[in-house]
Amino acid sequence: MSGRTLSDQAVAPSPALNTAKPVNMTTKLANVVFPNPIFTASGCAAAGRELAAFCDVSQLGAVVTKSVMRNPRTGRPTPRMAETPSGMLNSIGLQGPGLTSFLENDLPWLNENGARAIVSIAGESVEEYAALARQLRGAPGLSMVEVNISCPNVADRGHVFACSVSASADVLAAVRRELSGTHYVPVLAKLSPDVTDIVAIARSVVDAGADGLSLINTLLGMVIDPVTLRPALAGITGGLSGPAVRPVALRCVYQVHAAMPSVPILGMGGVRTGADALAFLAAGASAVSVGTAVFGDPGAHMRIVAELEAELTARRLRSVRDIIGAAHRPAGTPVPGIQPELGPAAESEGQTA
Amino acid sequence: MRILRQRADVAEATKATNATDATKGTGGSGQAGGPEQTVGSAAERPASRATKRPAGPKPVQLREAQVLRVVRDGTYTRLAVHAPAIAEIARPGQFVGFAVGGPTSGLLLRRSFSIARVGPAGTIEVVVAPVGPGTRWLTARVAGDRVDITGPLGRPFPLPVAAEPGHGPRTLLIGGGYGSAPLFALAAALRQRGCHITMALGAATEDKLYGVPEARRVSDECSIATEDGSAGVTGRVTSAFDPTMSAIDVVYACGPMAMLGAVSRLAKSAGIPSYIAVEEAMACGIGVCMTCVLPIKPKGAPLSEVRLIRACTDGPVFPGEVVQFDLIGQVLPVATSPSAAPTRAPHSPSTPTSVEAPR
Repeated sequence: MSGRTLSDQAVAPSPALNTAKPVNMTTKLANVVFPNPIFTASGCAAAGRELAAFCDVSQLGAVVTKSVMRNPRTGRPTPRMAETPSGMLNSIGLQGPGLTSFLENDLPWLNENGARAIVSIAGESVEEYAALARQLRGAPGLSMVEVNISCPNVADRGHVFACSVSASADVLAAVRRELSGTHYVPVLAKLSPDVTDIVAIARSVVDAGADGLSLINTLLGMVIDPVTLRPALAGITGGLSGPAVRPVALRCVYQVHAAMPSVPILGMGGVRTGADALAFLAAGASAVSVGTAVFGDPGAHMRIVAELEAELTARRLRSVRDIIGAAHRPAGTPVPGIQPELGPAAESEGQTA
Repeated sequence: MRILRQRADVAEATKATNATDATKGTGGSGQAGGPEQTVGSAAERPASRATKRPAGPKPVQLREAQVLRVVRDGTYTRLAVHAPAIAEIARPGQFVGFAVGGPTSGLLLRRSFSIARVGPAGTIEVVVAPVGPGTRWLTARVAGDRVDITGPLGRPFPLPVAAEPGHGPRTLLIGGGYGSAPLFALAAALRQRGCHITMALGAATEDKLYGVPEARRVSDECSIATEDGSAGVTGRVTSAFDPTMSAIDVVYACGPMAMLGAVSRLAKSAGIPSYIAVEEAMACGIGVCMTCVLPIKPKGAPLSEVRLIRACTDGPVFPGEVVQFDLIGQVLPVATSPSAAPTRAPHSPSTPTSVEAPR
């Protein structure tokens, strides 16, 4: 269980609640309190604007923006997408407007619309990450920075930062330096599951100054076009997301939380329902991003918030924060925070496909 | 189109669009069904300002829309859904997205279809080709079933200013395969504006044509072409009408990308505007995923001004002359303008084969 999370008595429910009290959906991630634990996922919600037709962005736990780089960028050619069993591959190549445009157009929009913004940054060099962080200093309405380190490192022949303990740490140390002291903003490191030991990478970025971790980025995958017998994506490989990766994501969250229980985790990977989100919380995530599900259901976020609330209610639980890390307790012990006076727990079929 | 259809399953999600396609649309800048655009002004609009068009009615998601009719129509299936919140604001050229397979399905992505008809009492009709698991699921619905539908998505066809009957612009509407679907609603809107309507439908074979009887009914002149000669003129649809387009003021088209490229070139050389509804693979249809992008360049701008623009929210209708058909699937040239532009695509692989490009 995360000590940080549970020690926050100011927002925790009082023990003497009556049965009519709603579930306390607030959560805390790196000392920032959010009204609910369901966030967008980077790259799956652009900068929030397009979702506004389908949900009130101020009702989301937070909007994690698509990774922005220093300069505008076209990204890769099409085809950029292939549907896969319970998932999809994407190969966008970080198309985007660049940070200056983002700060002029996108972040203000999020602020005006009451969204809590977690800005994801991506770079091709340690210097680019540092420059991005520097430019973000003092940006109004910036709740957190998420550092997407699943990018090729130009200085290391294109090897991905996230696959190297030292390169990952270098990036986070550089971002931390720029966002310290009076410029302090909580920083999350987003890790790739395509590594031998994700706990080692997690330790390195936390030691380098990350306040928390986003787990997980996509898994590298490929589809062969059955007609051409060549890779279906112009980018050859792509990032696999969707329910197909959920077990991998849960494993990563569980392993990292077990190794570093006080480090807050934003969990993600194939979350489609409130029951899925509940599993991530139990594995050790303090909040959960919903990504690919939005492509099929633009109203997924608020549906999942409602479903999660129902899941907690059905289990006689009063607070999201009670169950963070619950999967790590010994077998045979009760779920923390259970309220027996609320009556018998309902049965649940659990996760969906 | 033929290529797309052959690869049924893998590519279906994307292409569901079929001819029409879809994509998406929303967005704050969204535009879906925005204020009326007139034919001339849209052609002058630089692509770089595409996202600055005024916002129109927002799309909606109807999680439990009732299926009213599922009718086999040759190779295709017409699906009518009760979706009044969409029907009220839909305009010709816009599309809708259907969730497929049910809530636990392994098919995650929406299938997008042009709105073929907006009926009385809030009905939306689409034309579906059952080519993959998602479209087969959709065409297996029966009246009374519920489906999750989003729309209207994307930007509509620009329409001319209304005129007395017969005094409006002379229009040519070209449909490839079931890309003809959105042209019937368009024809009705053009008729109200006093336009003369010529329709040209084409497909590889007769069974791939869609809507021939209706085309004859709603047009003043109608021509048919099939590549194998099984119906109408033998050859491509572009061989079925006067290629100089001497008696035409504006062209509208929907169908496979190769056809749209040919139509755009013909219109350009004839000196008349064309508006094409493109098909691109898309995951979301609402503008967040960035998979359905097309190379777009403002009229007269240098190649360095090419941008990858979303087919879903910024299209699916574009002026034909701004779409850079020869750059689809290619790594873009380096841009020099700081405005919206790509700096480079450093990690892009070599260009795909031509067989992939028509997507």
